[in-house]
Amino acid sequence: MNLKNIDNIIELSNELRWQIGDDFHDNLTESIYADAADIVKDTVQIDSTEKRFRLDAKIDKIVTSKTFGFPIMFLILGTVLWLTIVGANYPSALLADLLLDTIHPALKSGAASINMPWWLGGFLIDGVYLAVAWVIAVMLPPMAIFFPMFTLLEDFGYLPRVAFNLDNLFKRSGAHGKQALTMSMGFGCNAAGVVATRIIDSPRERLIAIITNNFSLCNGRWPTQILIATIFIGAVVPAAVSSLAALLAVIGIAVLGMAFMFAVSWALSKTVLKGEVSTFNLELPPYRPPRFWKTIYTSLIDRTLIVLWRAVVFAAPAGAVIWLISNIFIGNESIAAWAIHSFDGFGFLLGLNGVILLAYIVAIPANEIVIPTILMLTVLVTGISGGSGAGVMFELDSVNATGDILKAGGWTLLTAINLMLFSLLHNPCSTTIYTIYKETKSVKWTVFASIMPVILGFVVTFLVAQIWRLLS
Amino acid sequence: METKIKSACETCAHFNADGLKKLGIRTDNFDFVVALAGNPNTGKSTVFNALTGLRQHTGNWPGKTVTRAEGGFEYNDQKYKLVDLPGTYSLLSTSEDEEAARDFILFGKPNVTVIVVDANRLERNLNLVLQILEITDKAVLCLNLMDEAKRNKISIDERTLSRDLGIPVVAASARFNEGIPNLIQTISEVANGTIICKPHRIKNVPENIEKAVKKLTNEIEKEFPNIPNSRWIAFRLLEGDAQIIKALKQGELI
Repeated sequence: MNLKNIDNIIELSNELRWQIGDDFHDNLTESIYADAADIVKDTVQIDSTEKRFRLDAKIDKIVTSKTFGFPIMFLILGTVLWLTIVGANYPSALLADLLLDTIHPALKSGAASINMPWWLGGFLIDGVYLAVAWVIAVMLPPMAIFFPMFTLLEDFGYLPRVAFNLDNLFKRSGAHGKQALTMSMGFGCNAAGVVATRIIDSPRERLIAIITNNFSLCNGRWPTQILIATIFIGAVVPAAVSSLAALLAVIGIAVLGMAFMFAVSWALSKTVLKGEVSTFNLELPPYRPPRFWKTIYTSLIDRTLIVLWRAVVFAAPAGAVIWLISNIFIGNESIAAWAIHSFDGFGFLLGLNGVILLAYIVAIPANEIVIPTILMLTVLVTGISGGSGAGVMFELDSVNATGDILKAGGWTLLTAINLMLFSLLHNPCSTTIYTIYKETKSVKWTVFASIMPVILGFVVTFLVAQIWRLLS
Repeated sequence: METKIKSACETCAHFNADGLKKLGIRTDNFDFVVALAGNPNTGKSTVFNALTGLRQHTGNWPGKTVTRAEGGFEYNDQKYKLVDLPGTYSLLSTSEDEEAARDFILFGKPNVTVIVVDANRLERNLNLVLQILEITDKAVLCLNLMDEAKRNKISIDERTLSRDLGIPVVAASARFNEGIPNLIQTISEVANGTIICKPHRIKNVPENIEKAVKKLTNEIEKEFPNIPNSRWIAFRLLEGDAQIIKALKQGELI
């Protein structure tokens, strides 16, 4: 290989480029299409293709129509959530019964019989084990219902239609229409949503999609929303419509998240990330009947178990941390109690409390453990008896018991609403933050994407708390 | 659910599982690298899963695979590493997923490139096929989603298509594992040189451009004899593709 010859080749190509004119790209593309048409003419025969295509087109006409597109979207989202909320109750209760009421006491007595030191038993059984057990009991059932249903929709071919419906809104926000797809992935997991933004060509629009993906309620936050809505929102309406009210509240939060996604995308595209909206082709693939059992199997094995495993991996050390900060004393107060008291003032301003703020710090690795952490810390400060001692995660045999603990901790409807809002608007979990860094390779944008939602959360909960208190 | 009667060949042990071992993610000490390319949403990941026994996520929307997935299989005592590339409509565009696909076909030098196309949209899919065939001369066309094509009453003359493209064509419905044994056999024959491809080169090029391309191609071949894709490089140089110019200078294209 001779560098000079290569330079000559490049020189020649520059010369020739002048000679053939600037239609070259178009000419080449046309040649390719002409070749393709020639080949197809000789090889493909189509007999009255109309019938089947028309069925797909007919479905599309309805699900992407201006009138029905959005209602159908919300109806599908509502149905999926409804089945998740209602269907998860029974297996959850069974698992809690098994893991918390049966195995936990057995482990404790086992530890006592081998004379395990109290601190080691407390650390392992009341800290690590309870955290893991809680996550499994509360999260496994909704995930085992939510993920397969979502995957079935995906296999059927509905997601591109959602993108089609939302395209206009994203365009008006100065963002890319394919962001609808990455948003949908974010409903499962924000880290996955951030990786999915690779389908967006323009770096500007991709960055917008990455930064705003956190506004998609992720799998770690759905259970929090569902639980709090069931306990507090469901309680202010007659019992007959309580699960409907809870469902609407959760959908409301999810839709609010989308509204924030549009608003922040718009604000970014008007300020620091200015630019033209790029156009793109979105193929609406034919509907394909999902291979039902295969889909159920894959989504259970891959999605559900992987996400659950992640939750467990993070819950175990978090459980240990909770136990430690509740049992290590500085002067008269445990570290946890001290932190809670110092956050209380700020928490009150936001309509939250010190427990919730501390829980969100402990739960940075995984949103999944926010609620168990809150319960444990609440028991700690209120000194309700019935828990198994300082730093022991509380047993959750019924939703009512959870509600009683929280109410004893001074929770009101305002606390619940603001917790739901804060759960939507706070920093992404550490996995997502790391993924954002890997995808953007920029410390600046990673910090921005992590801090911006928390600030929004502070502002929104602060405003809601002030208005609430003025009115009541 | 569809129940299809399998052809006598497919039920025969010699035809199918005989030499095949799905290796999952074990891809060490491979003999051949096989790339899976194709338009978005044509079932590449499904083909990938069928060959490797892995459960790479599949979904009915374009853009499902954004990262490169790798897996392996063993056939007749030869190990193949299979790389599932993100779907692309063309090799001329700029998004990160599409660039990943192009770079792999170009610089990864796969021994065989399997181009998965949607039999229902052959004409549109051929755009990418013809571009890939300018780059590599060891390719297999996997005519996927034949079950849908059948329902849509589309019939494709595979032999003529194979002759026109100059590469073997395998009809398949990867979702139902149909045609996969045949695909494996064909991949191994191309990899081992039993089947020699004479890939189609873009024809309907205006005369003045064709002249310029020829001139440039000759110069490139003088410098790099035995290069399989001199014509494609000429196309890229004429378009002023900075990345290809750089690769040429650094000798990455040989």
